[in-house]
Amino acid sequence: MRKSSIFFLYSGVLFLLLALSALDAGIRGDAQAHRLSLMSQQVSELELTDLSLFTEARYTRHLSQADLHSAFQDHPIAFEHFPSGSLVTPPQTQ
Amino acid sequence: MNSAIHNIQLEQVKKAFNQGQDNEFWAIRGIDLTIQLHSATVLKGPSGSGKTTLLSMIGCLSRPTSGRISLGEKRLSGLPERFMTSIRQSTFGFIFQQFNLIDGLTVLENIMLPAYPLGLDFAELEQSARQLLHQFGLANKASSKVEWLSGGEKQRCAICRALINDPEILIADEPTANLDSKLSEEFMQMIDGLKSTGKTILLTSHDPLVYESPIIDRVIGIRDGLLED
Amino acid sequence: MNHFFQKQRYLIDFTLASLKRRPGKNLSLLLVYTMIVFLLASVMLFTHALRTEAGIILQDSPEIILQKMQAGRHALIPAAYLEKIGHIRGVVSKHGRLWGYFYDPAVKSNYTLMVPSERKLKNNEIVIGATIAKTRGLGTGDILAFRSADGRPFSFRVKDILSTESELVSADLILLNESTYRNFFNIQEGYYTDLALSVRNPNELRKIAEKLVVKLPDTRPILREEILRTYDAIFNWRQGIVFVLLSGAVLAFVIFAWDKASGLSAEERKEIGVLKAIGWETSDVLRMKFWEGSIISLSAFLLGYLAAYTHVFYASAALFEPILKGWAVLYPDFHPLPFVDGLQVATLFFFTVFPYTVATIIPIWRAAITDPDTVMR
Repeated sequence: MRKSSIFFLYSGVLFLLLALSALDAGIRGDAQAHRLSLMSQQVSELELTDLSLFTEARYTRHLSQADLHSAFQDHPIAFEHFPSGSLVTPPQTQ
Repeated sequence: MNSAIHNIQLEQVKKAFNQGQDNEFWAIRGIDLTIQLHSATVLKGPSGSGKTTLLSMIGCLSRPTSGRISLGEKRLSGLPERFMTSIRQSTFGFIFQQFNLIDGLTVLENIMLPAYPLGLDFAELEQSARQLLHQFGLANKASSKVEWLSGGEKQRCAICRALINDPEILIADEPTANLDSKLSEEFMQMIDGLKSTGKTILLTSHDPLVYESPIIDRVIGIRDGLLED
Repeated sequence: MNHFFQKQRYLIDFTLASLKRRPGKNLSLLLVYTMIVFLLASVMLFTHALRTEAGIILQDSPEIILQKMQAGRHALIPAAYLEKIGHIRGVVSKHGRLWGYFYDPAVKSNYTLMVPSERKLKNNEIVIGATIAKTRGLGTGDILAFRSADGRPFSFRVKDILSTESELVSADLILLNESTYRNFFNIQEGYYTDLALSVRNPNELRKIAEKLVVKLPDTRPILREEILRTYDAIFNWRQGIVFVLLSGAVLAFVIFAWDKASGLSAEERKEIGVLKAIGWETSDVLRMKFWEGSIISLSAFLLGYLAAYTHVFYASAALFEPILKGWAVLYPDFHPLPFVDGLQVATLFFFTVFPYTVATIIPIWRAAITDPDTVMR
């Protein structure tokens, strides 16, 4: 088989997989709608304001509730105790 | 003027390297020459005489500093690069002294290389290449990498490559320099065979086995960039 | 046209044969390139997916949260403020929220304790997040014992465990009723953590917030749009952080690629001379180099992107977990949903393929236009 033929075959397969990934994103996105609505419901019921993604420190746990200008509040910009603290910022008001 | 169609004409051809600089060197100092087609000609001279330079200008590998080279009515010198390449492709076949085969590629791939830019049908091109290999006794080496070939086999591979586009004129620079006498004899036989098919052969050599061969129709002496009388 | 395609095929044949000559070097180049694309694409896909998910989920968070500030800190807000707010047009309802943190030394993790407004729980009954259940090995009916800040022991019975599917928002939650909460934290009646306001028309949020600040100058309103903006910005920041880390890698790669592409070895120079001598035009040589650059960069893009897609959406971005988790003990087990931004993918494609292809061609230019007679020497 010519080298260029092998290359076209290989590229073709990869492009096909790329197309399939786009399809997959669409299909799986739809299928997971249930999970999203469950979380939305919980956010609404429990009046949640943040994801529980950065649970290591209290000031990173409720990011949207932290205050940009408070002094003496353990504040991400003030100093970093925890890894998350160096990665996240308090809410931007504008 | 009929004879004009059947030869290669050189008029006051000169070639300088590093022109205008301190190390300016005139390799060819003014050559007037007519080379008959359908014959075998040898440019003979010691190293540094300018024979390789002259050969490369005739074969459109480089341009003369001044003067004119023509093939019958067709002008070869002073053309834009594209046209020079096109003429090289269709008219000339080269066999280099060092063979200059491309390592890592097979014999078949090397032979087909000059035809790649022409975009011909692959099956037909491969067929022509295999025929050439068969003609020159390399049929069983088609898939071998060129770096594994012996000196004589490389020589024959270089000839096949030079012939793939069926050129009118075959040019070889010191073709026997890397061959023993037996292989040199074989080479001259191959040249004879090609001449009998109507091709023009132009060689440079300082090997007596070549320039004293009966196959050669004419020997032209060159020394210090000028023709010897 | 057919002639053109045939010619390109021949050039690709030659390019591939040429690349095969140095398999180790070219494969490692491809590998490094692919890994960099993989990292960049993983970050891109992950942050976009998470940002999109956060944007969707948090759409239902409270419209306005009102915090009381005292001496520059977030302090408990008196229930009397609910009356002080009085009637503001557009505010449908208002009530106090109770929530706080508890540090559990047993597992060195922070829990968020909340009083749900709609669930009815008995005293000392709790509902816990799935991650807590996993970390502490708890099931329904089990007892969770804490010591409050003033040293009193408390025993809570697990009534229910929140769904694992909602771990992203509830990983560290402990829900309990108001009287248990107040007892545990020693918070007297008449005070809340903050107030939550419901607003009919989201366009009026800013106006209402302004009115609130006028009525209650020691408070700070947080709007839902700020919450959403926080999460949009945060993942950008993370993206930036990771990109800063990656820029070192990318820079190294750029140097590597440029070095490869710009330094023509004597061998390569000679080869170009040979190709020209046997009848290749300058444009043929350049096109061949174009294919060389394209083949490698296109392969790197496709392989890297597909690997990244698999990593993020089928392996839940496992490689990023340590970075995101930090020192957290409670980290939600969640699987990003495949939200893909086509524009981002296209941008990544452009930056992966274009510069490298150009870097391969440009240095060849000079050699490609030289007369091939140097080959004869």
